[in-house]
Amino acid sequence: MAAHLKKRVYEEFTKVVQQQHEDLSSKKLRLTKPSKSAALHVDLCKATSPADALQYLLQFARKPVEVESVEGVVRILLEHYYKENDASVRLKIASLLGLLSKTAGFSPDCIMDDAINTLQNEKSHQVLAQLLDTLLVIGTKLPENPSVRMRLVEVACKHLTDSSHGVRNKCLQLIGCLGPVEKGAAKEAESQAAKDVQKIIGDHFHDQDPRVRTAAIKAMLQLHERGLKLQQAIYSRACKLLADDYEQVRSAAVQLIWVLSQLYPESIVPIPSSNEEIRLVDDAFGKICHMVSDGSWVVRVQAAKLLGSMQQVSSHFLEQTLDKKLMSDLRRKRTAHERAKELYSSGEFSSGRKWGDDAPKEEIDTGAVNLIESGACGAFVHGLEDEMYEVRIAAVEALCMLAQSSPSFAEKCLDFLVDMFNDEIEEVRLQSIHTMRKISNNITLREDQLDTVLAVLEDSSRDIREALHELLCCTNVSTKEGIHLALVELLKNLTKYPTDRESIWKCLKFLGSRHPTLVLPLVPELLSTHPFFDTPEPDMDDPAYIAVLVLIFNAAKSCPTMPALFSDHTFRHYAYLRDSLSHLVPPLRLPGRKLVSSAVSPSITPHEDPSQQFLQQSLERVYNFQHLDPQGIQELLEFTIRDLQRLGELQSELAGMADFTATYLQCQLLLIKALQEKLWNVAAPLYLKQNALASAAAKQILEETYKMEFMYSGVESRQVVIIHHMRLQAKALQLIVTARTTRGVEPLFGMCEKFLQEVDSFQRCFISELPHMQGSFVDKLLDLMPRLVTSKPSEVVKILQTTLRQSTFLHLPLPEQLHRATANIIEPTGESDNPLRFTSGLVVALDVDATLEHVQDPQGTVKVQVLYPDGQAQVIHPKPADFRNPGPGRHRLITQVYLSHTAWTEPCQIEVRLLLAYNSNRSKASTRLPKSTWSESLEALPPSENGIEGTIPFSKPVKVYIMPKPARR
Amino acid sequence: GAGQDVGRSCILVSIAGKNVMLDCGMHMGYNDDRRFPDFSYITQNGRLTDFLDCVIISHFHLDHCGALPYFSEMVGYDGPIYMTHPTKAICPILLEDYRKITVDKKGETNFFTSQMIKDCMKKVVAVHLHQTVQVDEELEIKAYYAGHVLGAAMFQIKVGCESVVYTGDYNMTPDRHLGAAWIDKCRPDLLISESTYATTIRDSKRCRERDFLKKVHETVERGGKVLIPVFALGRAQELCILLETFWERMNLKAPIYFSTGLTEKANHYYKLFITWTNQKIRKTFVQRNMFEFKHIKAFDRAFADNPGPMVVFATPGMLHAGQSLQIFRKWAGNEKNMVIMPGYCVQGTVGHKILSGQRKLEMEGRQMLEVKMQVEYMSFSAHADAKGIMQLIRQAEPRNVLLVHGEAKKMEFLKQKIEQEFHVSCFMPANGETTTILTNPCIPVDISLGLLKRETAIGPLPDAKKPKLMHGTLLMKDNSFRLVSPEQALKELGLAEHQLRFTCRVHIQDPRKEHETVLRVYNHLKGILKDYSVQHLPDGSITVESILIQATAHSEDQGTKVLLVSWTYQDEELGSYLTSLLKKGLPQSTP
Repeated sequence: MAAHLKKRVYEEFTKVVQQQHEDLSSKKLRLTKPSKSAALHVDLCKATSPADALQYLLQFARKPVEVESVEGVVRILLEHYYKENDASVRLKIASLLGLLSKTAGFSPDCIMDDAINTLQNEKSHQVLAQLLDTLLVIGTKLPENPSVRMRLVEVACKHLTDSSHGVRNKCLQLIGCLGPVEKGAAKEAESQAAKDVQKIIGDHFHDQDPRVRTAAIKAMLQLHERGLKLQQAIYSRACKLLADDYEQVRSAAVQLIWVLSQLYPESIVPIPSSNEEIRLVDDAFGKICHMVSDGSWVVRVQAAKLLGSMQQVSSHFLEQTLDKKLMSDLRRKRTAHERAKELYSSGEFSSGRKWGDDAPKEEIDTGAVNLIESGACGAFVHGLEDEMYEVRIAAVEALCMLAQSSPSFAEKCLDFLVDMFNDEIEEVRLQSIHTMRKISNNITLREDQLDTVLAVLEDSSRDIREALHELLCCTNVSTKEGIHLALVELLKNLTKYPTDRESIWKCLKFLGSRHPTLVLPLVPELLSTHPFFDTPEPDMDDPAYIAVLVLIFNAAKSCPTMPALFSDHTFRHYAYLRDSLSHLVPPLRLPGRKLVSSAVSPSITPHEDPSQQFLQQSLERVYNFQHLDPQGIQELLEFTIRDLQRLGELQSELAGMADFTATYLQCQLLLIKALQEKLWNVAAPLYLKQNALASAAAKQILEETYKMEFMYSGVESRQVVIIHHMRLQAKALQLIVTARTTRGVEPLFGMCEKFLQEVDSFQRCFISELPHMQGSFVDKLLDLMPRLVTSKPSEVVKILQTTLRQSTFLHLPLPEQLHRATANIIEPTGESDNPLRFTSGLVVALDVDATLEHVQDPQGTVKVQVLYPDGQAQVIHPKPADFRNPGPGRHRLITQVYLSHTAWTEPCQIEVRLLLAYNSNRSKASTRLPKSTWSESLEALPPSENGIEGTIPFSKPVKVYIMPKPARR
Repeated sequence: GAGQDVGRSCILVSIAGKNVMLDCGMHMGYNDDRRFPDFSYITQNGRLTDFLDCVIISHFHLDHCGALPYFSEMVGYDGPIYMTHPTKAICPILLEDYRKITVDKKGETNFFTSQMIKDCMKKVVAVHLHQTVQVDEELEIKAYYAGHVLGAAMFQIKVGCESVVYTGDYNMTPDRHLGAAWIDKCRPDLLISESTYATTIRDSKRCRERDFLKKVHETVERGGKVLIPVFALGRAQELCILLETFWERMNLKAPIYFSTGLTEKANHYYKLFITWTNQKIRKTFVQRNMFEFKHIKAFDRAFADNPGPMVVFATPGMLHAGQSLQIFRKWAGNEKNMVIMPGYCVQGTVGHKILSGQRKLEMEGRQMLEVKMQVEYMSFSAHADAKGIMQLIRQAEPRNVLLVHGEAKKMEFLKQKIEQEFHVSCFMPANGETTTILTNPCIPVDISLGLLKRETAIGPLPDAKKPKLMHGTLLMKDNSFRLVSPEQALKELGLAEHQLRFTCRVHIQDPRKEHETVLRVYNHLKGILKDYSVQHLPDGSITVESILIQATAHSEDQGTKVLLVSWTYQDEELGSYLTSLLKKGLPQSTP
């Protein structure tokens, strides 16, 4: 029976069968082929007017054409093409030809000659352009046929003299895409026919039509992309194009210049007006900088973006971009930045400005002032002040890239970046904060700059504040006043926006550990200790006080003299915080305090090694338990699980690993318990209790295996096999339990069939892994497969039971990195006693804010679940835009959940939690197919496997108090 | 007006026979006749309407439009006046205000009345940005965005192919509520540009804004009150937006007030003309109109005594009278308070005094006022600086530049720079001076399509960049020019066609028979003129294209053959070439 079954499965779903299918259909096609093209032929002949013909063609274009019949259709179309007088119909035919030659599997070289022939007699420019487009398609379909390409290029060259811009456009495009790239290969052909593609294209740089000019530059860029080395001679011509009247031309020219500057950075070009010469990259840089003040914003954006990637430019030029000489009435004036710097260096800070403080100082020589410099002067100053925020963002990005490669430039651009923190558009502010973070390794903030940076902490946008916290995490501050200032502002922020608590603590943690020496002199003040008097003990639950302590403890980590300044309660608080906020408070060596020193950590030496070892050891112990008695095994497992869980809590780096193994062992433990022999031998009436236990165990194992498979990132196929294996065992257990409880054989047939199918698919999916599974359940099962498929359900069950019991426990190899997906709902906090009141029948929006860690593709998997007190559950799919990605592996969900219910008499709590949705064939376990082949794999899989979808709750539920009021009439 | 001077902008342009007046402003500094431009310059006798084709007002500042009712109603002008929509809306408010101050407060007579302002505004034609308005058949004007204030525009005036761009006042750096001036590469013959800040290059506006916000913020946090004296329009709105967004961003609660009256009215117009503002306001307008201030409320006199922090915008800007001075007197005594002067103050005003550091002021009634509050100066100005002016010139690529609306000394510097950088001539006439600029007018000529096609078919592809030689007949008829083919010209003029033929005799020493000579000539020509069709006709003549060559023996000397070369006028070039060729003689005889 099962054999038959298996065969059927194969027949229906395997590739072999599909092949047959194809054969069949192709046979059919051969039959219908003439009829299909004939139908078109008839249609076209029937058409009385061009409009009719066009209609037929349009209809025809909607239907796909099989590979085999393409050629026939093409012939008919061509035939009709020659007869047709109306240009619009010919145009449609030409475009159809292009479409048809795109058909996968069809080799268009057979229709190329015809297409080229049609070109010769064509009068309409539009049709010509379309035909060239078709040729382009044909050419790109035949990449490894140089002679065809040569021919096409030749054709294109011939039509370059056409009077219509559309035709010339297409010709250039064709040459750009198909022109010969490598010099050596077809030297002869090249020299005679398509002499020098670059020269041909270059000639069209001065075409009268701007569209053709653009196309020429684009074609040149296309050639470059395909690997042709552009000649340096083009540079001077491209420079002239920068002054073109049309923005597309300028935009393309900027790109071309950039390409050339990357190709020939070191060659020397003369400066037109003088005898001097400079490096090409510098010259190009100057030219592109000039374009930052172009009239069209599209060009400005383009120029600003490209500036960022010109890293070979010499520092002299680079620094000019930030230079803008101020003057007032012909006298030199200092910029506000310079003044701020001076104030700072003279030791005076934050003086109120008087009128005339910025009064111009020295006279400047009128001749020396260059108002419109040809060089790079002030490009970024202009870019950052641009009207369009797109340009500003591009400028900030470019600034970032350049600053990353040049520390001195980073130092210089700091003032400008800090200024951008006050931009009117939030995106720009955010971008500049991110930029600052990226270059923060190269810079140290001056106090006045820090002041401006910190002022942004009061921003009402959470994104901005959090970006700023991230920035502060990795900034260098120069003075202790700076640290103090930062702390004060952060505390201010904390009181204003209490929800920022976590982020502020984290920020202070890094701030402290980066500047231990600067924090040291501040300690007495921060802890408000007094040399003679005892001060009152601060409130331990005050977030602000915790913030201060986090700063101090992290600084104390590398500053051994600091603990001497602590008072008694500080040590107590340390112990408390070390336990409750272990991720923020580092282990400290505290002299003479036995309270802390011994218990947790005797040293600051790296911890990973011993705990890693511990993990390995405990696992090995478990895997070698075969010789133990069942009782012993159970105990050992229980202990190990407990150890692992504790380890996970203590060592955050190993948490994923420990949890993962603990879960696995838990499954094993459950399985062992469920299979305990003595319980199975009891008489039938007592099954009940036994069944309840076993089926519960099976159910739990199933759940746990799904968790293992989908909640951890970094799971490799080796683990997936074992997880699936465990699941298979659970299913076997389920089968056994049901077999023993249900009467009659009929339902069992179906179940057995299903189970065997699963075994089968398991075998197919993991065929490569099977050799590693010696002695396992599935290994034995597969040995018995021939027997199983022929035997009755009752026998199957029996076999299963014995195999289950005899099978060995599989060793779970651990991957390098394993992280458990976690979610933490920050908002709603669930602490409010005030119910959210709303009129029943209407909706109320609940803001949900959660952090997700190690979730792959959260947009697709994370859902919000709302549980109402009446048991009603609602699953909400957040919009993709609600997810932000603040860092690798971390996501943030900020969304609104709409609640509604009928009227209640009194307020009640609802539960909000996050779910992780999974779909068993999405990960298609073993194979881990890349996304692109996803649809194919779907087809290849038996439908029985598609079904398993489900959700795993992976956050703590949060209770929200709501109260739908009855509507008032 | 406005020649080497600021204020009283009024420029007269004569372009291709059209007269256009640009702006019609008043001068702030004078209270006599000199406050208005001298319109007798335009024409001594005869009505202005006959002489001027149109008047263009660039924006609503009084130094650009203040004299308009006087000019149109009292001097008398009935022609069209062009301005943008926002200018048209706000202009009468300002004029009315100005009138009130002059007539009601200063008690002047012989000034325009409210009715005159209304009548004057009826003559105004409003234009949109980038809309080309045909004033009459030849004269067209087009407005470009200029920043500066709401509705400020630059105007391009074009007659035939001659054009002038007048910038009015403009700003090349965007601010909180307006964008930057922009112009396309229109290559005018003349660019008339303002040059208020000809010798200044300004610092980034961001620093200024930040300083401003920081000061306000600090004072408010201390619990102090901030007074910002402003003029009703322009900067006031920018600062309002600035503070409003800052309040929004920082979640501040302290109230902001602006004085009622003019500002309120103006804000209303700002709300309406969102399309004239900058990118940010235009983009967020769907959610919320930025000028619908959330935090800024109208001010009442009683509020000044309220405890707690607040920010007040009050008019006028120089603290010389009115509400701002009243509030200043109330608050001056407290060192927690602050006054921020956002603009320039004329000498003699309270504003100027406190800015120059005076701490004790003598008010009217011999009262002494001690100023304890902090005094800050912030310059927010919306004119293009030297770099901005250069940038605009680069964008527009004019052939000549003319500087107005600035001080002579500063202009001199800029002029020199412009000439040096762009190699275009630059002028800076004083008031009453006329500058004549020579242009190279091109005269458009209509050409019949048939002729164009025929002519372009000859020779290589047309290239727009290069001029091309064409043959045709130029017809000047009814004040229009047309290029037509000769046949058509003849037909139209009703003339018969005359054939003009040149004939020429060339003597050749050749003793042979006539037909042999002909043959030799034929072979010779055939050898040289490979590209032309050379034929030997049976009647013994040779044709080269349409040129006929016949040979006869000289009547006296048989050894000399006379070659008769005859060609039509059209073949002049080839014909003369042939004769010169034949005159050189045949190559030494080949047997």
